[in-house]
Amino acid sequence: MTSWKLWLPFALFLAFFGLVASGLLSPSDQTIESKMIGKPLPAFDLPPAVTDRPALSAADFATGEPKLLNIFASWCVPCIAEAPHLQALADAGATINGVAIRDKPEDIAAFLARNGNPYTKIGADNLSSVQLEIGSSGVPETFVVDGKGVITYQHIGDIRASDVPLLLEKLEEAQ
Amino acid sequence: MRILFCMTLLLGMTGIASAQQSMPPAPYAYQQLDDPAQEAEAKALMETLRCLKCQSQSIADSDAPMAGDMRHQVRTRIAAGDDPEAVRAWLVERYGDWVSYAPSVSAMTWPLWAAPLALLVLAVFLMRGRFRRSNAQGSANAQDGEQG
Repeated sequence: MTSWKLWLPFALFLAFFGLVASGLLSPSDQTIESKMIGKPLPAFDLPPAVTDRPALSAADFATGEPKLLNIFASWCVPCIAEAPHLQALADAGATINGVAIRDKPEDIAAFLARNGNPYTKIGADNLSSVQLEIGSSGVPETFVVDGKGVITYQHIGDIRASDVPLLLEKLEEAQ
Repeated sequence: MRILFCMTLLLGMTGIASAQQSMPPAPYAYQQLDDPAQEAEAKALMETLRCLKCQSQSIADSDAPMAGDMRHQVRTRIAAGDDPEAVRAWLVERYGDWVSYAPSVSAMTWPLWAAPLALLVLAVFLMRGRFRRSNAQGSANAQDGEQG
């Protein structure tokens, strides 16, 4: 038996050990992308979340014009950081509909008074039912929905200033 | 590692978590179904669904508000007469295989089932070679003994 063949089992063991070690050391939490991209928005009909914005249903998205669906909550800290960039998107002509997760009307009103209100409509999703329907696993998340009501893009996490042009581009693509 | 990470995350986010819990939990987040058979079905299913917030826990184990909302979905769907596997399929359709702890056979996962069988076949093949060789050697030794 040649000498390199002698080392083969040991090399296999090292490879296996390395695989397991890298699995243990790499961060275990991962972002879960929605599998609903490219599919129509599931039917839903949410009650209004605040008094000065109308309620939100799936039918509000199939109006011919692409829109943003923003999952947010008053208890969500990154949502505060995201607020000015959502406003920038609204200023650039984007229609943003909000889905407020597990939130009280007075808390949402206070949140919007403090951080601005870029939303056209806001639905109250107190059981996360719409969030689960569209495959969103956290707050905040933003979906691009085309004029036929089909989800075309998902942004996970808060929108940064650098994400604004990309989202505007995705809205343009969804035309 | 994971538990530690989750714990630090939880400790760091108690402020946020308590704010999330200013809303009462979903009706069926902590409330069992009246029919014990349906509750048993729901419980068995919830133990094999992954919590999306604290990803190393099942939704049956997790106290994250979102896990509560997922339990509510599972229980109401089962109470409405849905098959547990249909409820699992509903979640897999939205979050991928990842949300389920019970892997299904698919184009991506079939090696999980095929690999042990292939290894078994390989082991039998290798062992047969070994036994044959040692048998041949054994009989050769025996013949040597007779002659000597």
